[in-house]
Amino acid sequence: MKNPYLPLAMRAEKIVIETDDKNIKTFSLSFLNEAEESGFNYLPGQFAQLSVLGEGEAPFGIASSPTEPGVLEFTVNKTGVLTTALHNLEEGAIIGMRGPLGNCFPLEAFKGKNIIIVGGGFAFTTLRSLVKYILYHENRSQFGNVTVIYGARRPGLLLYKDEFKQWEARPDLDVYLTVDKADDGWRGKVGVVPNIIKEVAPSPEDAYAVVCGPPIMIKFTLPVLRQLGFPPERTALSLEMKMKCGIGKCGRCNIGNKYVCQAGPVFTLAQLNELPGEY
Amino acid sequence: MKEKKIAKSELTSFLDSLISEYKVFAPVKRDGFVAFQEIHSGSEALLDYANSKKPPKEIFLPQSEVLFTYRLGGEGLGIEEPSFEDEPMVIFGIRPCDARSLVILDNIFNSQEYKDVYYTNKREKTLVIAIGCNQPSSTCFCASLGGGPFSPEGSDLILIDIDEEYVVQPVTDKGERLVKKHSQFREVKPRGLSSMRKVTQKAEALIKSKVETGEVKKKLDRMFDDPFWDWLHEKCLGCAVCTYLCPTCHCFDIADEATDRGGRRVRIWDTCAFPLFTLEASGVNPRPTNKERMRQRVMHKFKHFVDNYNVAACVGCGRCIKECPVNLDIRAVLNSILNR
Repeated sequence: MKNPYLPLAMRAEKIVIETDDKNIKTFSLSFLNEAEESGFNYLPGQFAQLSVLGEGEAPFGIASSPTEPGVLEFTVNKTGVLTTALHNLEEGAIIGMRGPLGNCFPLEAFKGKNIIIVGGGFAFTTLRSLVKYILYHENRSQFGNVTVIYGARRPGLLLYKDEFKQWEARPDLDVYLTVDKADDGWRGKVGVVPNIIKEVAPSPEDAYAVVCGPPIMIKFTLPVLRQLGFPPERTALSLEMKMKCGIGKCGRCNIGNKYVCQAGPVFTLAQLNELPGEY
Repeated sequence: MKEKKIAKSELTSFLDSLISEYKVFAPVKRDGFVAFQEIHSGSEALLDYANSKKPPKEIFLPQSEVLFTYRLGGEGLGIEEPSFEDEPMVIFGIRPCDARSLVILDNIFNSQEYKDVYYTNKREKTLVIAIGCNQPSSTCFCASLGGGPFSPEGSDLILIDIDEEYVVQPVTDKGERLVKKHSQFREVKPRGLSSMRKVTQKAEALIKSKVETGEVKKKLDRMFDDPFWDWLHEKCLGCAVCTYLCPTCHCFDIADEATDRGGRRVRIWDTCAFPLFTLEASGVNPRPTNKERMRQRVMHKFKHFVDNYNVAACVGCGRCIKECPVNLDIRAVLNSILNR
């Protein structure tokens, strides 16, 4: 019988500092054991538990896409005990990983639709997985127009800057980068994410919106999407909660009768409207 | 399945023969209270007790349990799984309410998607022998939760005390095989069966507390924002004894215990009554006060669990009532909910 509590061994091949405050790093991990890699099948939106043995374990959204085999990426904001331990590691370190856990973005429902991807701050991780998945040459034709609206407080806090440069140059998606406060070299938009959505005004016709960001961004983004005409059934969000087991047993990440680790982390707004607002 | 009987004078020899084949857990008196422990002689088992202070869930979900050990410095993570014992186990003398609690816990730990190997490994090789309750306590309300002082659910075999002997009811095939195998079990005469009926009727009548838990669920469906929660928690100290001693509470924490060259990952009972349970590293806590935490405990047991598994996460054992330092009685809570 498979033991769901045992982490797999991963090697940190590359650790990249993402932001100018050095508080966010992206870890590129490879499987130590090839057989374990072939048994690991995930989709955008899923998460995994990362372990630093002796320090503990915490859940992180998978930031890479299943269309790029050989590597699993996680972008980690230094906040607590485990994230600090991860940040203290050097390339070559061995990290434990359990997953994939949770559901994924509703990819089947996305097919044939225009996709509006809205992200804020360091919450672009699983959205990056989604963008890469959609842009993959074998997948791209299954989706309609793709619009990405992504913001941070200042340019130095934006993630994945090199990739965004490549995406901006592509003809098959529209990218809008915004910051609350610009600096001298900034050529993107200035303003909080909800205002930029208003300005871009994506059509809700045959479209699906996906939102990940800090609570304050979500709070002001959802009314804008509603005004534009996106119904709750076609607005998806990814939630975070304190988790331990990640497999619906330890009892702490529930909203109403749903465990975020199993029924989520991705919910439609329509699903969330049925649950109590305890998150 | 056909009833048998066993004389009380032969119980010790029956337990002794079980001990030669199984790891046997039975109620024993320890530090002034009753607990389930492994016994090495049939005479150790305590037979005249109301119920154990700690529920027997700890046999399957120990208060602290090693998930794995690790050693640093080698190839990979250096993880080693604990060895899972093969020895079959028996719980003898469990009360019917606690036997039911195991069936309820199976929903969590033996779910389709993820089997909790630590729990299921022990659970699957365990025979459950219950003793019915001739003398239910004033805090017992099992009958309100679909159980009863002689409820067979969760047991392989149930014993009913009729003075000099026990009537033995096999519940499962496993239980029946055990009865067939042991010479201490004999034919029961009609007189024995009629005394059994008298005993069970008398005991059932002793359970005075009654709560319409089905109606509670309907009320709770619409009560998340009810002002009831604003004051319900007022006298609660947040000590969590209600959850630790609950036979169906199963929430746990996972933590690493490290030395400089290795260590282990353990899981420990945890509780929704504590603020750290849901506190996130960012400082956000979706259940910041006793109000939200008390609501979570009641909702999880009597609404969410019913939504997910069609059964309440409560067997009416009354431990939380007996041990609460401020007399917060879950029966009174449920009755107040019915009056909302």
